[in-house]
Amino acid sequence: MTLSCRFLGRVPYAQAAALQERLVGLRRSGASTDTLLLLEHPPVVTLGRGARAGHLLLDEAALSARGIELHEAGRGGDVTFHGLGQLVGYPVVALQGARRDAHRYLRDLEDALIGTAAAFGVEAAREPGLTGAWVGRDKLAAIGVRIGTGWITSHGFALNVGDDLSGFDTIVPCGIRDRGVTSLTRETGATPSLEEVARVAADHVATALGLAAVWEAAVSSASARRESA
Amino acid sequence: MRVDVVMPQMGESIAEGTITRWMKQVGETVGRDEPLFEISTDKVDAEIPSPAAGKLVEIKNAAGETVPVNQVVAVLETDASAAASAPKPESKPPETKPAEAQPAAAPPAPKPAPAAPAPAAAVASEASSEGSFVSPVVRKIAAEHGIDPSSVPGTGAGGRVSKKDILDFVAQGKPPAAAATPSTAPARVAPAAPAAPQVTFASGARTERQAMTPMRKKIAEHMVESRRTSAHVHSVFEVDMSRVVALRTKYKSLYEERHGTKLTLTPFFVKAACDALRAFPILNSSVEGNEIVYRKDLNVGVAVALDWGLIVPVVRNADQLSIAGLTMKINDLAERARTKKLLPDEVQGGTFTITNPGIFGGLFGLPIINQPQVAILGIGGIEKRPVVIDDAIAIRDRMYMSMSYDHRVVDGAVADQFLAFVKKVLQEFDESLL
Repeated sequence: MTLSCRFLGRVPYAQAAALQERLVGLRRSGASTDTLLLLEHPPVVTLGRGARAGHLLLDEAALSARGIELHEAGRGGDVTFHGLGQLVGYPVVALQGARRDAHRYLRDLEDALIGTAAAFGVEAAREPGLTGAWVGRDKLAAIGVRIGTGWITSHGFALNVGDDLSGFDTIVPCGIRDRGVTSLTRETGATPSLEEVARVAADHVATALGLAAVWEAAVSSASARRESA
Repeated sequence: MRVDVVMPQMGESIAEGTITRWMKQVGETVGRDEPLFEISTDKVDAEIPSPAAGKLVEIKNAAGETVPVNQVVAVLETDASAAASAPKPESKPPETKPAEAQPAAAPPAPKPAPAAPAPAAAVASEASSEGSFVSPVVRKIAAEHGIDPSSVPGTGAGGRVSKKDILDFVAQGKPPAAAATPSTAPARVAPAAPAAPQVTFASGARTERQAMTPMRKKIAEHMVESRRTSAHVHSVFEVDMSRVVALRTKYKSLYEERHGTKLTLTPFFVKAACDALRAFPILNSSVEGNEIVYRKDLNVGVAVALDWGLIVPVVRNADQLSIAGLTMKINDLAERARTKKLLPDEVQGGTFTITNPGIFGGLFGLPIINQPQVAILGIGGIEKRPVVIDDAIAIRDRMYMSMSYDHRVVDGAVADQFLAFVKKVLQEFDESLL
């Protein structure tokens, strides 16, 4: 089975959320295949269902002054930050058979992220009890997912690629205080393009989920950019 | 019918979930598979669909509460919206009247009307609940004393039987049949299939009474329900298995080496069935009302006999797997069925079933259709028999293959063509697939 992958470039959070919701509906009715959206968000702080107020360090007004939006997200996990230079992946996949296991899905995504990091020369690992991909004590990639009726996934992961991680100062990432964040650039000194990382990540996500990655034409990427402009 | 909604098992290593939101409130109606509540575990938020259509009559755990897997969190009343053909609980005779007034001699036991429950509701309850929740502790005590837990008046939430209830019940020293059901107990609607318990055999030294295990009860309900639903007819074919048996012998050690798995005959049958299902899609359908629902996925159930019953794990999209893939998948499912590690989801969603009545030497069986499917293939025992080939007598591996199918939608001619197709695939099995 195939995983239809699309790189959408820069997409505002609300727009991506609406797109995901539509895809989930289409996937459920069988009108679309498994899909992976890859994109970056303009700076935004999102609150998962498990978010605690204390893990957001600035209020909405202060965030807004820094050009950061605030959104609630219907995903698991605490608070997180998305910004430029971060590859966000939203797999909308109907999990099947033995893959209908929430923990297994998290571990599969971790595998994909660790594999992607390795492809760029970064040795990331799991931390028992802390979902995500870690380099030492620093978080390289965050995960927070939603599983809808029919085991259809949405939300997903955020992999830090670029050098600018200042947006993370506004939150306690995932509610974990004594740890930091890092990125592919921080670890290697080289800055691959987001699209380049997206291509590699798509392959790893597909493999981890037992699917074959197929790229959609770039039309959707261009139209998404137009809509966001 | 009351249907319990339980905290679903979202994964093998997940023991509990926190309810984050109820999408429906008590009194509201909900459709089958419509989102009912949301839970959160670790980094995952999940939306839980309703197991049945009905009215939400009780929410046992509010948002924010953390609940162990399989605990009942809500109760649905399916009669409210279910088909009118289902008998109303009020029209039913009162549940198991105290038998003390009626000695064993032929009680005028009202025959429970053979209920024809709405298909959706029946399927839903099959998938997600077995009526009222009885904790393992209570079940164990009940079994030890030969008591049907549903005959014990429960004082817990929703009439649930607590440990204290059953111990009190036992302490009263009343044999199960003589137990008085207080009239204040909430009227429980019995599952449609089993008749209201009647005392035919007096308890004594020469009899032993044992409560059915939940699995036994489920099998009983499912089987009777299927007989009532489908017009069962049967066909039997004889197949020459010499080629398949030889291929299996030839590749057995290679599979062990290359895939670390034991090559059995089942993958051959699954493969042959898949090919035939693609050619005759009506055998992969379901009946809903006056409509035939053709299922595009080939999810083949493979019956596994257990010491304590029978379970049918499902190989999803079986047609997309290679013989090696099928072998590993089937062996994995069978192994986990035996060690009770199947996920609930792995026994649902089948579109066709293969069962194996020949293990103990039976020539063939006439199995009961696994609802809501329309056909089940039975594999008989394989044995060497003399056959006439080109006017010479040869010794070949022969097998009887039977199929039960639902004559509502499958006619004999189609069923026979299907079986002839399966037979041809098996007899001329393509070695390059191995």
